[in-house]
Amino acid sequence: MENPEKDHIIPYRTFLYVLAILILLTLTSVALTQIYLGVLTVATALVIAAVKSSFVLRIFMHLRFESRVITVMVTLVVLLISAVIIITLLDYSFR
Amino acid sequence: MSTQTISIEPSYLDHQGKYRGIFAWIFSTDHKRIGMLYLFSILTLFATGATLGLLMKFELIAPGKTIMEAQTYNAFFTLHGIIMIFTVVIPGLPAVFGNFLLPIMIGAKDVAFPKLNLLSWYFYVTGVTLVIISQFTGQGPPDTGWTFYAPYSFRTAGNMLPAVFGAFVLGFSSVLTGLNFLVTIHRMRAPGMTWLKMPLFPWTLYATGWVQLLATPIIGITLLLVAAERVLNIGFFDPTLGGDPILYQHLFWTYSHPAVYIMILPAMGAISEIISTFSHKPVFGYKFMVASALAIAFVGYFVWGHHMFTSGMSGTALYTFSLLTFLVAIPSAIKVFNWIATMHKGSIDLQTPFYWAMGFVFVFMIGGFSGLVLGSLTTNVHLHNTHFVLAHFHFIVFGGTGFAFFGAMHYWYPKITGRMYDTRWANIGLLLFFTGFIGLYGPMFYLGAMGMPRRYFDYDAIFHGGNILSSMGSWVLYSGAAIIIINLFASLKTGIKAPANPWGGKTLEWTIPSPPPVENFLEQPVITGKPYDYK
Amino acid sequence: MIATAEIHRDDQASKLGMWLFLFTEMLLFGGLFIVYSVYRYRNADAFHLASEELSVLIGTINTIILLISSATIAMSVTAIRKKDKKVALMLLGATTILGIIFLVNKYFEWGEHITEHIYPGSSVLSLRGQGDVLFYGLYYFMTGLHALHIIIGLVFIGFVTVFISKDRINSGKFVMLENCGLYWHLVDMIWIFLFPLFYLIT
Repeated sequence: MENPEKDHIIPYRTFLYVLAILILLTLTSVALTQIYLGVLTVATALVIAAVKSSFVLRIFMHLRFESRVITVMVTLVVLLISAVIIITLLDYSFR
Repeated sequence: MSTQTISIEPSYLDHQGKYRGIFAWIFSTDHKRIGMLYLFSILTLFATGATLGLLMKFELIAPGKTIMEAQTYNAFFTLHGIIMIFTVVIPGLPAVFGNFLLPIMIGAKDVAFPKLNLLSWYFYVTGVTLVIISQFTGQGPPDTGWTFYAPYSFRTAGNMLPAVFGAFVLGFSSVLTGLNFLVTIHRMRAPGMTWLKMPLFPWTLYATGWVQLLATPIIGITLLLVAAERVLNIGFFDPTLGGDPILYQHLFWTYSHPAVYIMILPAMGAISEIISTFSHKPVFGYKFMVASALAIAFVGYFVWGHHMFTSGMSGTALYTFSLLTFLVAIPSAIKVFNWIATMHKGSIDLQTPFYWAMGFVFVFMIGGFSGLVLGSLTTNVHLHNTHFVLAHFHFIVFGGTGFAFFGAMHYWYPKITGRMYDTRWANIGLLLFFTGFIGLYGPMFYLGAMGMPRRYFDYDAIFHGGNILSSMGSWVLYSGAAIIIINLFASLKTGIKAPANPWGGKTLEWTIPSPPPVENFLEQPVITGKPYDYK
Repeated sequence: MIATAEIHRDDQASKLGMWLFLFTEMLLFGGLFIVYSVYRYRNADAFHLASEELSVLIGTINTIILLISSATIAMSVTAIRKKDKKVALMLLGATTILGIIFLVNKYFEWGEHITEHIYPGSSVLSLRGQGDVLFYGLYYFMTGLHALHIIIGLVFIGFVTVFISKDRINSGKFVMLENCGLYWHLVDMIWIFLFPLFYLIT
């Protein structure tokens, strides 16, 4: 399994663009949650957080350029945590 | 596949490196020496935990006080559990046989991170030390049981903090071992050893590594929360502050159930190796064995609520967990069928490891069936917290991991020590062990079904007969274990020199000298055939 | 005899090891997210109200600080690969300073609440009601554990900075810098989730 990133150095620009996007998303989530959207308030904030995370994972943490295996692992770990939370809430939400 | 059975290299036992004497061992980053460090520690702790168990059975041989006070009994079963779970069966097979055999079985020189490997052992020793400290300081040893249930665990005067931190530190050992093994398997398999050419013991270590890695942090954080509860009054598990003690149970078992798969998966892997070798036949259904190991690890994450059926969870949670529990039994059953099928029409060589493997299948199945009884909601109500549960997990954990551990000890003894053990004493020990095992734990099924609670210092007179039988069983078991272990030590001096491949095994460890040289292989092996390549 | 003179280096193994370690950190905080989910579910209104007592301004500033620090440490890898040792060191310096500013902000934030006697175990807090006790318990524990990880990250960055200045990390051998970056990014990501869950659930 050859090092896929051997010849590809990410330019500074790319990181700055992504940073701009991340800051924009942050400010958006702050603005949106000032509006009362009921249950959706938190959902929106979390969705935006998830989008921000995917930028951090894919670009800052280089997942886009790494071996697929690691992306699969990250996905499975995230799914595992989500599943455990959901199953635990099966107890609490049906009591 | 070339064999390099004559070596001009010194073995890993004789190798002279930078350090002398004991430092050559406790500063060594050689996976084989580290495996032996773990073996020495684990056997010592096993003997301690077993002695505690023996004394507990003395106490229980008659109703009322026999040899100790109630509070002492509580401290005893707590320590027995902490030692057996956290310092014996969880590290058990991975730390000893995983460390020693994994690199060799995949054709590597060592694990991916040898220094981290040694650090794992240091964490282990530190954790054990903290547990020992908890016994002799503060206002008395912990008395909560190894499960540290809230709210008692933050209200008891018992010395919880060192015990809880000890378990926390032991967790690091487990996580780092798992991490090391995962990277080793991903990156260091010999040329030609594709994933589906890897033998089953490494495969189970792989599945186990994921469980060690992903489940252990949950108990890590849970233990920290218990400490925070005790020290800071943070309120997460304290009903008077809005916390829910059942949440503690959720968090605790979200680790501790997968933990039992840490205990059993490598055991199953070792049993697969042993059965294949002594049947002189490839493991039946290799791909199903791989898939079932991964399935057990995966589904095992989602069944933890079956420890909590009577705790007050919602009906939805009850049904979900019971269903998933039944599902997780399926891959285990597949393994049992495949082991039998491996033996079928094989050329059986009745050696000590094979007897252990047969014993394993027998007691594991009894433990497994009793698990289904406990996994059914209605029967669980009657049996929860009774001796039935004790019987179940001793059959499946001691019967499972324990039998596999002893089987592995005898199977790989020639490779590890360069000597053969005395077969007669090994088999006598095994027979006593097995008889004692059934005598000790068998009656507990009956006692539990009749209603005898667990973790009780005293009991009603109607349970007396069963307890006498059970306690006598413990004497026979203990003697058997003693004979086995003494025999293994004695054979170090008196055993005949072992050849590279005394059993006719087909995995890579049998192609190198007994004991192995430091770097395992003279030349890196290149794999061409399938695993278990019996003609 | 196997030649042991050449030390075999496997950067992919090193990186995989760090990713696996990051998974343990994700599960560690995951446990706390379980606790958060349960208590948020059971005390939704109390959590809403308590959240309003936190300063969205400071939270947002801290979020942006960490995002910038993630960008700077990511760029330091580019710098090292381009053999711009000075730029790499400056970027790591910037990352460190930003991390410290984050901690200072946290110190003042916590200080404000502690002055009002709102901290785990305080009688003032317990009088405010169970929802508040749980909210603030989670707030202190989760941001506290996160801050501890920032400190660990800063120490790691410190080591890496020294290694770069001594050329032990260079354009041909930089996996330790990458791994340090990965750790730092994870700490950033945890905050990306903590921020809305504590500050934006009003």
